[in-house]
Amino acid sequence: MYNWEHLVQEDRVHRAVYTDPQLFEEEMVQIYGRSTWVYLAHESEIPKVNDYKTGYLGKRPIIITRDQKGKVRALFNRCTHRGSTLCRMEKGNSKQFACPYHGWNFKNDGSFIGAPWPKAYGDQLHSPEFNLMQVRVETYKGLIFGTLNENGPSLDEYLGNAKELIDQWMYHNGGPERLRVNSNAHRKLMSCNWKFVYDNAADGYHVTFSHRSLLGINERYKEEGIEDKDMIYFTQKPDDGPMYVQYLGNGHIFLDQRPAHRGGDGSMWNQQRPQPGREVFEEQMIDKYGEKAYRYLDQAVGSQMNLTIFPNLLFVGNQIQVIEPIAVDKTQITWYATTIDGYPDEINNLRMRTQEDFPAFGEPDDVTNWSEGQRGLSIPEAEWVFFNRGLTLTETHHEDANGVITAPVTDELPMRGYFNEWKRIMSQASTATNYQSIK
Amino acid sequence: MNHQQVNQSNTSLYSYYINDAYYSELLKELAIWDTELEMDNPTTEKQCTKLIIKECRLLDEYRFDEFLSLYTDKSLYWIPITPGGGDPRTEVSHAFDDRRRLEDRIYRLRTGYAYSQLPMSRTRRLVGNFELGYGESQDIVFARCNFTLAELRVGELRQYSGWYGYKLQKVEEQWKIAVKMVNLINSDQGHENMTFML
Repeated sequence: MYNWEHLVQEDRVHRAVYTDPQLFEEEMVQIYGRSTWVYLAHESEIPKVNDYKTGYLGKRPIIITRDQKGKVRALFNRCTHRGSTLCRMEKGNSKQFACPYHGWNFKNDGSFIGAPWPKAYGDQLHSPEFNLMQVRVETYKGLIFGTLNENGPSLDEYLGNAKELIDQWMYHNGGPERLRVNSNAHRKLMSCNWKFVYDNAADGYHVTFSHRSLLGINERYKEEGIEDKDMIYFTQKPDDGPMYVQYLGNGHIFLDQRPAHRGGDGSMWNQQRPQPGREVFEEQMIDKYGEKAYRYLDQAVGSQMNLTIFPNLLFVGNQIQVIEPIAVDKTQITWYATTIDGYPDEINNLRMRTQEDFPAFGEPDDVTNWSEGQRGLSIPEAEWVFFNRGLTLTETHHEDANGVITAPVTDELPMRGYFNEWKRIMSQASTATNYQSIK
Repeated sequence: MNHQQVNQSNTSLYSYYINDAYYSELLKELAIWDTELEMDNPTTEKQCTKLIIKECRLLDEYRFDEFLSLYTDKSLYWIPITPGGGDPRTEVSHAFDDRRRLEDRIYRLRTGYAYSQLPMSRTRRLVGNFELGYGESQDIVFARCNFTLAELRVGELRQYSGWYGYKLQKVEEQWKIAVKMVNLINSDQGHENMTFML
């Protein structure tokens, strides 16, 4: 058994939480499934009846379907006969799933239809245990989440303080009615534990250093008299600046870059590093919309919000980023690009070029630092990872009536906060999970 | 020239040519790479093939200034994620670099702080199965070829492969690269560190 109090302390965590394969398997059952709501997909990825996409709940292969009645479901992608996955495609449209191995058939609501030559079974197949296992599913403004905890809190309760921030992110991206997650995605593999991604999600300390090459591109422009762009504000006394981080509760964390963008419409657009086609589309927008163009153009660049929902959903810029743990030292993150339905073509076009910038020039340096972090953590004698920045500066921490704690942007408060939640979940005994039968 | 004209001609710092017409033209050009490319001019064929081989060698040897000099002022360096290219107006790519962003990409690698390329990837690529044909004039050539690329970084050897699509343009009697499209067979899959030049 693990000594959780030893592994996760006030100011530091033990390397084992990143390196122990058995602990990882435990996380994949407890954190990713039984104790949290895990993000699965966005409704616009399966807009029509019988649409589906495959994915994972932790390491469990699942199929997310919109069934024949239009209800969104998540099913274990596992034939109830001998275990084979039923669906091997990434996306599609199908009323039913037939197992390629022995031909067992299931409706896209998970119910068992039949098996070839059923006589040999007598009446043994008349049992709900042959239906596909269902994940409990709820949605929030198009975001589909799943859990195996049948008796746990609603998604609404679970998201809690994060809801208002999700709403603000959605507003930047055209609102829930217009947001579309149906173009494509950047996928990045990394040789590190999934929590390296989480640790970084609201880390305002690393930017100046890890992203030095990205910020360094400014030098090329400065020589031509063009002012600094992008996240350069992180390098200017961030401890005392207007940006902040928050611990929202339930493991959710937030970093707000918006306060670094003062001024009216266009303040975000003007701070953005240049995209291909920037000047020509900006002029085109002004011709068409006058001053209102800048309200649109601000939506062509990132939200300046880094909002992270425990354990696997990150809102970064205008992308929806999903953490997919593969092994204790292997993780994939998928950056789903988003468009805004009904917005001017120029805006969606510029959004694509904006969404290509950080994955190419920023993220790879982080990924390298995380993978090298995993390598560093392989040393058994060096046991601790520290998250003690700002710990004793309690006068800089403010808690509101809803329990949201705010700290300077470089404070490691978000990591301390989510690791407490991680410890709470991991230390409680496995709760029994009741599977829903649909018959 | 007025201020705007100056900016328009300085594609290293300003981006005017990636406009609606450019995107439409690009989508049409995708279809050209799918056609039978044929050419009855051994001299042009040789010059163009040589240009592509040279570009590969310059990248493998980190000779980035010379690499950039092979591209036109209004060039595109494109690595789609969606197999076949998709529609870049509504889909993201690994790279959709106009001249400015391509220079940004190279500049970043040379800042000395691009940790994903410290140490730098060692690469060596092999191109073959060349097929070339003229575009709408004898100053435009469309070429495609297959590539395999071996990359070594921090003790790990990785393999990339696919096909390159090139649109070459004769500028002042020199063949230059107007469009390079890199079609990886695993473009839509997870990649660990694709920060070297493809």
